[in-house]
Amino acid sequence: MEARPVLPDAITAHVDDPRRRLVDQTLKRFQYRPDALIEVLHVAQGAYGFLGEELLSHIACQLNIPESQILGVATFYHAFALRPRGEHCCIVCTGTACYVKGGGEIVKALEAAYGIQAGQTTPDGRVSLGTARCLGTCSQAPLLMIDNTALGHEVVEGIAGRVAAALGKSSSGREPGS
Amino acid sequence: MNQQRLQERVRQLREQQSTNPCRVLVCCSSPCLSAGAGAVKSALEAVAAEHSGRVSVEVTATGCLGPCSRGPLVTVRRPGHADAVYERMTPELAGKILAGHLTETPPADNLLPADLPFLARQTRIVLENCGRIDPENLDHYLAADGYAALARALHDFSPEGVCAAVEQSGLRGRGGGGYPTGLKWQLLRKAAGQRKFVVANGDEGDPGAFMDRALMESDPHRIIEGMAIAGYATGAAQGYVYVRGEYPMAARRMHKAIRDAERAGLLGMRILDSPFSFRIDVRLGAGAFVCGEETALMASIMGRRGQPVPRPPYPAEHGLWGEPTVINNVETFGNIPPIIRNGPEQLAAIGTGRSRGTKIFALCGEVIENGLIEVPMGTTLREIVFAIGGGIPGGAAFKAAQTGGPSGGCIAAQHLDASMDYENLQALGSIMGSGGLIIMSEKTCMVDVARFFMDFCMDESCGKCSPCRAGTVQMYRFLDRVSNGSATERGLVHLEELCRLMKETSLCGLGASAPNPVLSTLRYFRDEYLAHIREHRCPAGVCRMTEVPVTLLADELMQRIAAGRLDGEAF
Repeated sequence: MEARPVLPDAITAHVDDPRRRLVDQTLKRFQYRPDALIEVLHVAQGAYGFLGEELLSHIACQLNIPESQILGVATFYHAFALRPRGEHCCIVCTGTACYVKGGGEIVKALEAAYGIQAGQTTPDGRVSLGTARCLGTCSQAPLLMIDNTALGHEVVEGIAGRVAAALGKSSSGREPGS
Repeated sequence: MNQQRLQERVRQLREQQSTNPCRVLVCCSSPCLSAGAGAVKSALEAVAAEHSGRVSVEVTATGCLGPCSRGPLVTVRRPGHADAVYERMTPELAGKILAGHLTETPPADNLLPADLPFLARQTRIVLENCGRIDPENLDHYLAADGYAALARALHDFSPEGVCAAVEQSGLRGRGGGGYPTGLKWQLLRKAAGQRKFVVANGDEGDPGAFMDRALMESDPHRIIEGMAIAGYATGAAQGYVYVRGEYPMAARRMHKAIRDAERAGLLGMRILDSPFSFRIDVRLGAGAFVCGEETALMASIMGRRGQPVPRPPYPAEHGLWGEPTVINNVETFGNIPPIIRNGPEQLAAIGTGRSRGTKIFALCGEVIENGLIEVPMGTTLREIVFAIGGGIPGGAAFKAAQTGGPSGGCIAAQHLDASMDYENLQALGSIMGSGGLIIMSEKTCMVDVARFFMDFCMDESCGKCSPCRAGTVQMYRFLDRVSNGSATERGLVHLEELCRLMKETSLCGLGASAPNPVLSTLRYFRDEYLAHIREHRCPAGVCRMTEVPVTLLADELMQRIAAGRLDGEAF
């Protein structure tokens, strides 16, 4: 990430952005302490859906830490995305219990159905397909999360149809400000 | 609030609850919610509203009751009657059942037998409130003897006395390490430092483990109480709960519980009018398995990349911001209130050998009853799988149980009668771990399981030390070759060498324990590896053996030519 000077225009452009206000409030709540970085990134990601370059520079500037460090943290943790995600998120749990009961087959079936690999977004930006290490709901294995709705005890047959139906019902993947 | 006022409040709340003619508890933990508990609760509330003129019914959303595969679960509690637990509720059925109870004709549909082994054979100490109270309601926790232990500790115990009681109970770390908790606290108490910290490790990264999630979601005040007692015993004034990033609901409930406790004077400045002050903050993880390791976890709390550093110095000397710190699993903190409230003898009387008390296991995989169980240390695997878990579905044979996630190992069928305690599990080549217990039947290929865990470790290795960064990749490649049929026996020798090397030279627990699943499957299921390598077949029928070893490519080609099958497949 190249360091770029923060111009007055760039500052005023964000004053009215409610998402930016949310980030700024969080920064203030943590009294601009550098150790609050991960908490701030969680809020920023919740508001914007991903962590853009300009946003990271802003946070680095406010917390008074080098941009290299903030990028290091943002890339280290799986929960942070540096690119926009799809409108909807389909996460297949591939924890041990789900794997033993066929979660891996479900991932392959969905990859084939959407023509993308796990971790990618469809070209139209509608669906992001991902896998999770364990969602801690092993008694429902194999498990899928469509945005915030869980589909438990899934089988590979006809999975694409059920996912499409659930995606149709789900309004949006992101809760702004969550 | 002071101790007298607390006791007075508890008495009032109990009176109120005992006069309530009917209380309905709806399990609203993640598994039951995904099975439709939300709609069931609305239906029950509607029925309660219909009868509100005649009789008052309290509908409560509780945390996890345990038998998750039977959800959504509803418990009807009436004075003078035994609790009636109903399984697999639908909104219609739940409404009918409540109406039946209110007209003294309770139906028996979907009623769980009172002596269901899954519930009756457990010893619930840490989970005593789970599924019985509303986790978001401080009053419910208070009525269940909540914060009595903290009040007792502040009033009747010296800090040394608390440490001694914990030591006497024989409690050991429930996160897997098994270090005596009392000893850890003594170290921190004696450590010199301006500030000291207490950290609850709720970064439950092991796939297949959900005890910590259930405990944080179902009984958050218990963890806060345990941490506050730890703070008093060790002289710390600040605590952190590190919640795994994938558990937003647990983080939300911890936040709310902390706020409620602070408002009631049970946390914050001058707790219960004593000179002791203790604050707790929640830190949300962001999806890194290595953060379960204590030095990595501390780095993450300080807002840095979660990379471990060599120990010693141990956190008790040099922890958060260089100050003395104690880190315990949330389940360990959950054990603390009963020790102070009921005396250390209660815990010390349960268990076997040097493993005292109970352990929570997340029972899942190929077993009929899935869910959360709490059993005395030393319970046999057979009891857990067949008596409590109800056996393997479809009458399939038991093959192995995986404990401890990617740092643990497998226990084969010949050790079904092994006692589940720290020492014995270690002797069997596995570990207690945090308590994930995944049951595998004959349909599971052990090579594939080992490959799955190595894939996990490879992905989660933080990359700081080379044995782990490069070793996991090498091991994964070999295991992948075994499962696609292109491995050789010489490779197997290399694999074992690599396992030893990684165990001895890795920086932190992740790398040092990553070979465990491979070593333990090799120990009990070596013939399965050899069947893949020598006979080119997968006994469980899971692996697609489509490749051949490079050294045999020419032979294979000649054979195919001779058989007139030169289709280029697999080349």
